[in-house]
Amino acid sequence: MNADLAAGWAQRLAERLEVLASYRPSDLLMYSPATWWRLVERTNGELWPLPALMLLAGLAGGALLAWRAPDRAAAATPARAGIAALIAALAWAAVAVAFHAQRFTGIHWAAGGFALAFALQALLWLVATRWVQPVSGGGARRGAGLALLGLALVAWPLAGWPAGRPWAQAELFGIAPDPTALAALGALLLLQARGTRARRWVVLLWPLPLAWCAWSALMRWAMDDLLAAPLAAAVLLAPLAAATARRRQPHA
Amino acid sequence: MTTRRRVLGGAAAAAAAAAVAALGPAAAQPLPLPAARRVPSSGEALPCIGLGSWITINVGDDPPALAACAAVMRAFFDGGGRVVDSSPMYGSAQATIGHGLAQLGGRAPVFAADKVWTGAGDRGAAQAETSRRRWGVARFDLLQVHNLLAWEAHLPALFEMKAAGRVRHVGISTSEGRRHAEFERLMRSQPLDFVQLTYNPLDREAEQRLLPLAAERGIAVLVNRPFREGALLRALARHPLPAWAASELGCDGWAQLVLKFIVTHPAVTCAIPATTRVDHVRQNLGAGRGPMPDEPLRRRIAAHIAAL
Repeated sequence: MNADLAAGWAQRLAERLEVLASYRPSDLLMYSPATWWRLVERTNGELWPLPALMLLAGLAGGALLAWRAPDRAAAATPARAGIAALIAALAWAAVAVAFHAQRFTGIHWAAGGFALAFALQALLWLVATRWVQPVSGGGARRGAGLALLGLALVAWPLAGWPAGRPWAQAELFGIAPDPTALAALGALLLLQARGTRARRWVVLLWPLPLAWCAWSALMRWAMDDLLAAPLAAAVLLAPLAAATARRRQPHA
Repeated sequence: MTTRRRVLGGAAAAAAAAAVAALGPAAAQPLPLPAARRVPSSGEALPCIGLGSWITINVGDDPPALAACAAVMRAFFDGGGRVVDSSPMYGSAQATIGHGLAQLGGRAPVFAADKVWTGAGDRGAAQAETSRRRWGVARFDLLQVHNLLAWEAHLPALFEMKAAGRVRHVGISTSEGRRHAEFERLMRSQPLDFVQLTYNPLDREAEQRLLPLAAERGIAVLVNRPFREGALLRALARHPLPAWAASELGCDGWAQLVLKFIVTHPAVTCAIPATTRVDHVRQNLGAGRGPMPDEPLRRRIAAHIAAL
């Protein structure tokens, strides 16, 4: 009897897995590209001037992380990292509420879940204000982090220009999820835990930005949007850059 | 076959003409009506071209987009269309349909087809009621178990609703060949009025077992993804429409040729292409008019498209 039950469960599981495997990214895309860009445009318009303020905050946070303190200012570096983490927390909270919960939910039944996940990430960043400090040294990790911050804060808003999209449809840090997640990955490459105990908590900041970038890369691919490529590259390269640096500095 | 089609077409023409007339002055000059097929279980004649809602009308509360969708629906009903299909899975599509129907003053002759889509077996009826309110209709003409999700609980509940007069037809749906074996088992064991599946000149698996079974069991068939979510038409657009498609079938584009192939399968009741454009919905409805391919010509269509 138990064997029959197990066989039944196994068969049903196999069928479900077969069905799941049959789905392509385009099967998961619920909206047209035109609807997506209108959503971005309406979000920017309805929240203005918040999008500009969030972008400025993001640029300020990026500058804090990019700036290398002279030795006499070294004591202030944890504070700089904490401010950057606070800006990240604000950005994730803003996207959770203003984008996912209030707007994206109109066209995607999973947006409520996305909002919860982004809110959780905002909380993690808030707590992380006490865990992080700027990464020491330079190298590939720092370079990759700065490149990702540049991509998220500067290149992403400009990406619609070659495609002929209006400026009102620019996706901005702290309002749209993709540049926010990309900037988070960049920030994580420019930050490190304050000590061994904090490291196990800082690592919790990685999964959600990676998962969102991977998901969004799939959706952009389904929309024939070239921005899928940098998202996918970020998912692959950011952890690689972090891992490479960790091997070189095992006690960092 | 020709005689049956002519008879059915005449019955549908009368029904659809009355329906179009009900729309008022905007439909004062009705177009020739699409051919119709009867639902075996109820005898109702339905135009063979319907309107799907996956992706295309999931536009949220954006006023210009809602207005554009309402225009598509008006053109659809003006052209003699009736079957509109949606699902709770399709984001704001149900609310958009409700908006479009309200813009038409509740006079559209819609055949309202929706789905139950929840893994919680005891929530099906409540979800259907939410869907009904979004559409703004008195009751659904068809409720289907979406992708067979929790069908064990939903189908008995839907049959109870049908017995109580709260829905007119009951069905199941799948897409792109998923779970066809289980689909077939349900077609054999359940008193279904409708099934919905994927069928087009490239996706023809349903011809092997499901479509013959539907004909044998007297189950009406809705066909989803006739254009593979537009990918098929985008691929075909790189090639010229064969001259015989225009000369023998009166097609003005690939969409009409694909739809004519689909709706002339003897078991198919209605194809439900989705679109955001008024010109496309008119073109789609045009596939239900004029000469239709016989079986040799259907094979020629499939072979030609497969070879491109």
